[in-house]
Amino acid sequence: MEFGPILRSLLRNKTGALLIALQIMVTLTVIVNAIYIIQERSQHMTKPSGLDEANITHILSIGYGESFNAEATTDNDLRVLRGMTGVADATVINAIPVSSSGSSNGYMVEPGRLELAVMAAQYRSDDHAISTMGLELIAGENFSPNEIVRHEPGTARTDTSVIVTRAMAEALYPDDAAETTIGRIFYAADDTALQIKGIVERLQVPWPSADFAENSVIYPEIELDGGNYYLVRHEPGYRDENLPRVEETLAAQNDTRVLRENQTFEQTRTITFIPDNAMTSILSIVVSILMFITGLGIVGLAVFTINRRRRQIGTRRALGAGHIQILRYFLVENFVISTVGVIFGAIMTVALNMFLVNNFDLAPLQWYFVPAGMAVLLVLGQLAVVGPAWRASRMSPATATRNI
Amino acid sequence: MFFYYIKLALLSYRRNPVLSSLMVLAIAVGIGAFMVVYTLTYIMGGDPIPQKSDQLYHIQFDYGDPAISAFEPPPQLTYRDAMAMLEAPFDYPRTATSRFSEAIEPPSRNIAPFFANGRGALSDFFTMFDVPFLYGGPWGAESDSNGEQVVVLSRDMNDRLFGGENSVGKNLDLGGLVFTIVGVLDEWQPIPKFYDLNNGQFNVSEEVYVPWHLIASQELRRSGNTNCWAPPEGDDFQAFLNAECAWIQYWVQLPDQNAFNEYQSFLNSYVEEQRAFGRMRVPVDKRLFNVIEWMEEQEALPNEIKVLTVLAGLLLAVCLLNTVGLLLAKFLGKSAELGVRQALGANKSSLMIQHTIETGVLGTIGGLLGLGFAVLGMEGVKILLSGDIPLDWLGIDMTMAMTTVGLAIISGVFAGLYPIWRTSRINPAIHLKTQ
Repeated sequence: MEFGPILRSLLRNKTGALLIALQIMVTLTVIVNAIYIIQERSQHMTKPSGLDEANITHILSIGYGESFNAEATTDNDLRVLRGMTGVADATVINAIPVSSSGSSNGYMVEPGRLELAVMAAQYRSDDHAISTMGLELIAGENFSPNEIVRHEPGTARTDTSVIVTRAMAEALYPDDAAETTIGRIFYAADDTALQIKGIVERLQVPWPSADFAENSVIYPEIELDGGNYYLVRHEPGYRDENLPRVEETLAAQNDTRVLRENQTFEQTRTITFIPDNAMTSILSIVVSILMFITGLGIVGLAVFTINRRRRQIGTRRALGAGHIQILRYFLVENFVISTVGVIFGAIMTVALNMFLVNNFDLAPLQWYFVPAGMAVLLVLGQLAVVGPAWRASRMSPATATRNI
Repeated sequence: MFFYYIKLALLSYRRNPVLSSLMVLAIAVGIGAFMVVYTLTYIMGGDPIPQKSDQLYHIQFDYGDPAISAFEPPPQLTYRDAMAMLEAPFDYPRTATSRFSEAIEPPSRNIAPFFANGRGALSDFFTMFDVPFLYGGPWGAESDSNGEQVVVLSRDMNDRLFGGENSVGKNLDLGGLVFTIVGVLDEWQPIPKFYDLNNGQFNVSEEVYVPWHLIASQELRRSGNTNCWAPPEGDDFQAFLNAECAWIQYWVQLPDQNAFNEYQSFLNSYVEEQRAFGRMRVPVDKRLFNVIEWMEEQEALPNEIKVLTVLAGLLLAVCLLNTVGLLLAKFLGKSAELGVRQALGANKSSLMIQHTIETGVLGTIGGLLGLGFAVLGMEGVKILLSGDIPLDWLGIDMTMAMTTVGLAIISGVFAGLYPIWRTSRINPAIHLKTQ
């Protein structure tokens, strides 16, 4: 191998090599951090909600005026929705998971101990909640129909049984298996006692980026403040056909209310993740542009340095160097330059990551992203240089040594 | 001479089209990407009310419960404190304000009833924030204190309900109550929506505005962020109003330093007084924030955009490093030509001027192309963000377009500094000999 001559030649002509190394260094810094952010975002975008997402739609109904009877309307709406062809089940609920809008509360295993509070989303729904959302009940049982409370706004709430998620049970009782917590009593911030009646495997809160993303509590309660969501699970294949019919059917039942947000769960998910989606798309474009520009830069400088060294190449060829040796010379040269670039790049990558972590609440980089990025850039360098180097190695000794 | 050098620069471009195009492309891509991100920062993080941003102050109190760790003081006010602030003996313009959502039954039976986003505010709101009126004007201060049912419509809402005609004096059925229309706004959409950063800083402005006291007295359907750190002592609406629940934005206009000092000492003594009742036990560093400080405190500019700005800056750096390398290659490739020119009497400074102009020309071409990329990129960003918030305010204006091209020229010339310096040190004799 011609390491010695390559190094000496590089040291005599530092600028070009230095520029390439710097470029590789900055490129590594950006792409590793960008890909890490992309990967982190995608993870939280694909986190399962626990719902049977493909078949669910929801609609918001808000009553107005003196004559609006919330209780009668809700009962009638639910009866009509459940009777529709192609509808598997329907329920009424105060908030939609993953929709960014809902309400949360702190819960404690001992009353009044606010410092122990575990945050969780509160869902208020009826005995059809589990079946409509398609949740998996892993312990205990569902609400019975006669347990469901009709809550008038402005009246006191009483102690009740609730269904919680596995994550919530584990957060309240970290030392016990979730399944064993059935029947235990915990407390809301206003000291209402809540007894765990059932546990579901998973149900996301409305805010996917919350640090309590799977802590949910379902109350057996229909809120009679006039504004409620209906969640509808359709039989497979019926969702799109049924979506407009849900709104038409409800509109026909009662005209002293406004219907809004008649949409599929998938649309809700898309809307919630617009910023994350935009961020990952922009970052992917940045990464591709950088790889492209850096690749072009390496090609451009390789062509240039090879043209400048035509005579040296010719001389080496005349002295008996084969195609492969010329090719190898430039590949090794690029490898040396790139290695310097990625080593400094690795240091800068970690530095930038620390900066982002300290200033913008990002999670620290996992270590394997750095070597992976280094390897990718080393390969990119070799690929960029192989074309010009190949042409150089094809040069006949005669043309190469002839004067220009 | 200048035009001759420009001609030379264009000739030189044609002589080395691939290398030159690579440079132009590198500058264009770097500048284009950087400008897209920079424009986002410039628009989203800009001063939404430059003529007054240092006079308008938002109040922050020492809210929370020391027992709950990691509880950030809610940025809004409780009803009790907002009322106390309103009763303070000052003449400075001030407003308590919060959102609601109520059904509108349109005067025309052809339009189905719908829910409108509303804002409760005091009459000072409109003058403090320089809200433009198309018809009529704000309600008077007496309407605030008397709880009169008066309403100001946004321009869009007036178009929707009255086909854009002057509706002042007409009635509007809102939330089952009859309101008299006193004014219609012109287009008004501050970016970011600085007066309410807690409910989506890029959300659409509200469609109807009513005296704020009506939210409590008529129990309008409140909407928007509500943050409680103690459960209400009771279940009715009055208990909620008395509770430690923050849901009101409170702004005061303090014209000078004296006013600021006076108001600040008033706030300090108010907090002391409340502490005696066992309230306000989580100290804050600062209680009065002007618009810019408030935007920083509330992180109105999303972190995502800041991260992107850092990354786009580095992307631009890579593109410039690339250009430096390619320029070096190009200029050193011209050594023989430079040797001839020097032998014919050109001095170093004229060679340097020639090459500076050449890099300037490359920068200009790169900048124009980069502007194209930036415009396309902006459209792309709009597509990515569409569906959530209105985006007509996103775009590249004249200032940004000029900045783009200017920055590209500067970058081109900057990238050329080292290569030009190297070129000017070439010894003509050597290059003439090898001819």
